This record gives sequence, C-alpha cells and structure tokens, in this order.
Amino acid sequence: MTDTQVTRQDHGWRADLRRLLRSATFDCGAVIVLFWVGCALVGAQLVPHDPFTDDLMNALLPPSSDHWFGTDQLGRDVFSRVIVGARDILTVAPTATLLSTLLGTALGLTMGYFGGLIDEVLSRITDAVLALPTVIVALLALTALGTSTITVLVVIAFSFAPIIARTVRSAVLTEVGLDYVAAAELRREGTPYILFVEILPNVLPPILVESTVRLGYAIFTVATLSFIGFGIQPPSPDWGLSISANYGMIGGGFWWTVLFDSLAIASLVIGINLIADGIESVLHD
Amino acid sequence: MLGPFADPKAVETLNHQMGTDRPVLVQYADWMSGFLTGDMGQSYAYRSPVAPFLGTALLNSSKLAAVAFILVVPLGIFGGVIAALYRGRPTDRILSVVGISATVVPEFVSGIVLILIFGVWLRWFPISATWSANAGFWNQLYHLILPSVPLVLILFGYIARMARAGMIEALDADYTRTAVLKGLTYPQVIWRHVLRNALLPTISVIATQTVYLIGGLVVIEILFHYQGIGSLIYIAAKKKDFPMLQAGVMAIGALFAVATLLADLLYARLNPRIRFGGRE
Repeated sequence: MTDTQVTRQDHGWRADLRRLLRSATFDCGAVIVLFWVGCALVGAQLVPHDPFTDDLMNALLPPSSDHWFGTDQLGRDVFSRVIVGARDILTVAPTATLLSTLLGTALGLTMGYFGGLIDEVLSRITDAVLALPTVIVALLALTALGTSTITVLVVIAFSFAPIIARTVRSAVLTEVGLDYVAAAELRREGTPYILFVEILPNVLPPILVESTVRLGYAIFTVATLSFIGFGIQPPSPDWGLSISANYGMIGGGFWWTVLFDSLAIASLVIGINLIADGIESVLHD
Repeated sequence: MLGPFADPKAVETLNHQMGTDRPVLVQYADWMSGFLTGDMGQSYAYRSPVAPFLGTALLNSSKLAAVAFILVVPLGIFGGVIAALYRGRPTDRILSVVGISATVVPEFVSGIVLILIFGVWLRWFPISATWSANAGFWNQLYHLILPSVPLVLILFGYIARMARAGMIEALDADYTRTAVLKGLTYPQVIWRHVLRNALLPTISVIATQTVYLIGGLVVIEILFHYQGIGSLIYIAAKKKDFPMLQAGVMAIGALFAVATLLADLLYARLNPRIRFGGRE
C-alpha cells in the first residue's frame, strides 16, 4: 500500500520535472542563472585581469580588445569586475532567502495549524512588518546597528518571512481539515510531528514557488542597499556598489562603467523570476 | 557630533541639552507628545526645526508619485485587460513575462539605463530632477518624466496582473454569459458588464502599492538628485540625524495607514455589496 503510493508520488515528481525542463521560460531563466552561478564559483580564476588592482594610468578607458568593457575610474577592468561581482550578491541573497523561508514556514505552519488567538496575534505582527517598505526598514536597522552583512541578512530574513508565512498559512488552512491530519491527531502524535512530518510535505510546492520569487526580491534588495551604501561594502566588485561609485560621472559619457553592471543585475533577477514563473505554471496546471 | 576626541565635559553638556541622558521611555513620551502637537524636534544636522524640511520633501515626493501613478494606472489596466482578452495566447504570455520582468528589476538599474539612453545619448530629458526656483508646471513635469518611468515599470506588473485576474473572473461570470446571450455586442458586454466588475480588486492593489512606491522613491530620489521624502530619510540616516529620520519614517507609516484606509473606503463605495451597516 505504502509502496504503491510512494512510486506514484515519485512518478508525479519526475513528470513535473520533465514538464519543467520542457518549459521555455524555465530553461531561459535557468541558463541565465547558471551562467552567473558559474561566474560566482570559478569567475575569479578565469577573468583576464585582476578585478582589484588599480591602474590609474589606464583609468576610464572605453571598451577595447584588451579591456572588453573598458576600465573604471581607478583603472580596474570592468569586464573582470562584472564577472567576479556575481559572487557576493549570490552569497548574501540566497542565504537571506533561506533564513526567511525557514522562519516564514515555521510561522505559517503555526498560524495555520493553531488558528485562533495565536493566528490573530501573529497575523497582526506580520502586518506591522509589512507596513514599511523593506528598504526603509533596512535603512533604519543599518543606521541603528551599523552596516554589516549580518544585519543585511537579518533585515531581509525578517521582512520577507511574513510574506512566506502568509503563503504557508493559507496552504496549511486547506490541509488542516483533511483526514490525514485528524488521523495523526487521533494517533496522539506530537504537534511538531504533525506540523513538520505530516503537513509540511504537502505544502512544499507553494513554499518552493514563493521562496524562488523571494530570492529575486532578495537580490533586488541587496543590490539596492549596496547602491545606497548600506549593503555589500568596498572593495567588493559587487554590481550595485560599482554603479554607486560610478554613476556620478554618467553625464560625462562614461557609460561603460555603469551599463554592464546594470545589465548584470537585470539579467540575474529576470532569470530567477523566469524560473519561478516556470515552476509556478507547471505546478498549477 | 562632536567628533571622537571631544572633551567629556562637552559631551555631557550636549547630552543634557539634547536630553539623551534621560531614560528612554521619557525621551519617547516627550518626542511623541511633541510630534502629535506638530513639534517634530530639531534636526541635528541643520540645527533647525524638522517640520519645514519634512513639508517640502513630502510635497516634492507627492509630485513624483503623482506623475508615476498617472502614467501607470491606465497603462497597467490596459495591459491587464488586453492580456485577459487574449488569455492563453502569445500576447497574454508576452505581457505576463514582460510584466514580471519589469517588476523585479531594481529601480536604480532601470533608472541608470534610462538616463544613459534618454539623458546622455539622445539628450531628450535632463539627467537630474532639480529644476530652477521659478520653474513652472510644465518644466517641473518635464523634469519628472524620466524619474517616474522606473516606478512605472515596477508597478505596471502588479497592476496588470490584478487587472488580468479581475477581468478573467468577470469574463467567466454568469452575468457576462447572460449579457452575451441576450444579444449585446462584444464591446457592449466588455464595457458595461465586464470592466466595471473587473477593476474593483485592482483599485485596492493600486492603493496598497503606495507603500512600495515610497520605498522605491528612496532610490529614485538619490539617483536623480531629487529633494523628496526618500532622499530626506537617506541623508538623515547617513548623517545619523535621528529627529529627522524619526519624523520621516513616522510620516511614511502615517501615509501608509491613510492610503490603506482610503483604499478600503473607496472599495466599499464602489462595491455595493460591502457598503457599511448592512442596511438594505
């Protein structure tokens, strides 16, 4: 009995995966994201110039065969910096997303399963967190606590958790009335067992979609914070940081110092959202 | 404020002047009562009252937000309606992919690209949103077009998605089938029966997006050197000008509360089913 069930589920999973790989949106997104992940992992070994070495004699050169994307105001090679720049944001944003998913899932399971007063109180708290834009919350926290990567992580984790909690909560609400939950309660299973072993596997798909979408927004937020000087700190070749260092000269026509970093950020967030869109349409059809 | 090598006595005097040697709760109560009676305290950075700065900043930001909203609301609704009418076909798919893509690109990224194309290369628009003191309405509007586009791009996806969902629900509803079956022409059905019902949920989304809009303003105002509430908060945070920061954030919280309330009232006004009191 159990055996057949497992195989059927397994089969469903594989069929979903096959349909996912056949979706053009998903493939497009996956190629873009894998490219940047590759850059983050091995880019530093492959780039033609050292992204950190200043060369003031060759500052602000336009793109050429030696410097494909030109050089910035300190003479650093923009191409190498864009490639290596993937690393920090692809460390901070996924970590923040993972934290917020864990926190949000735990919150959402609790709210959905217990309902009543607990749900009411936690819902109001999450509403309060959502009332201020993330960038403002981050500005406040970073001013009060000092700029650090840990603070960025915590701020994003706490501001995204309520959104994930909401999704999980509504998914749990449809599960709570089902027989398998009642059966587990009658077997006198412990509450953590019911929450995490019985209910959690059944609400995984919406969690997966929501956290992929959140990953896109985490990158959005980290890039924005770096741009306004409260995120990733120099001398990292991070994209947002490079744009903030160079956009003041944009009127002088030094477009190559900001354009490639901008396109890098845009392609990464769009790639992640194409993946999220692909997963969502496979799971919903 | 006095630098790292300040005389301890001077620090003590300053602490006393600013009241930071008192208990936190007392300071909070003092600040709150001042705030509610219109006294928002003195800015540390400018050594003058906060309120006039906040007033100008709010006025400037609302100009920018207004331009963005006036552009995005018709565009978003139009996009959503078109997507719904072509549901499942390539037009719908393209609109939805473009919509989500525009929504997730950070404002400063689209802002930079726009500045490069329309400000630096084509020279159609100024790259900074600061106008001269006696600039008239059209001149101000001209300066605000470029900064508003990144906000438009972000909001477009949300509004179009809501409008599409509302349209699809209305298209599938029984009253629409009745309207078609009683022999109304297609445009008549869309205009009279579908659109009215479809746009209700969109209105509440538009109102709640103000909160996002304010977050977006921070970055846009920095990028375009615009003196609004976003750059006020940003500069206050950088200079650790806490009274200014508190006032700015309070103003945003208050704005959000007002916007949400207005959205609920408008929704109730437009939707006869949830008018207050349940009177028939």
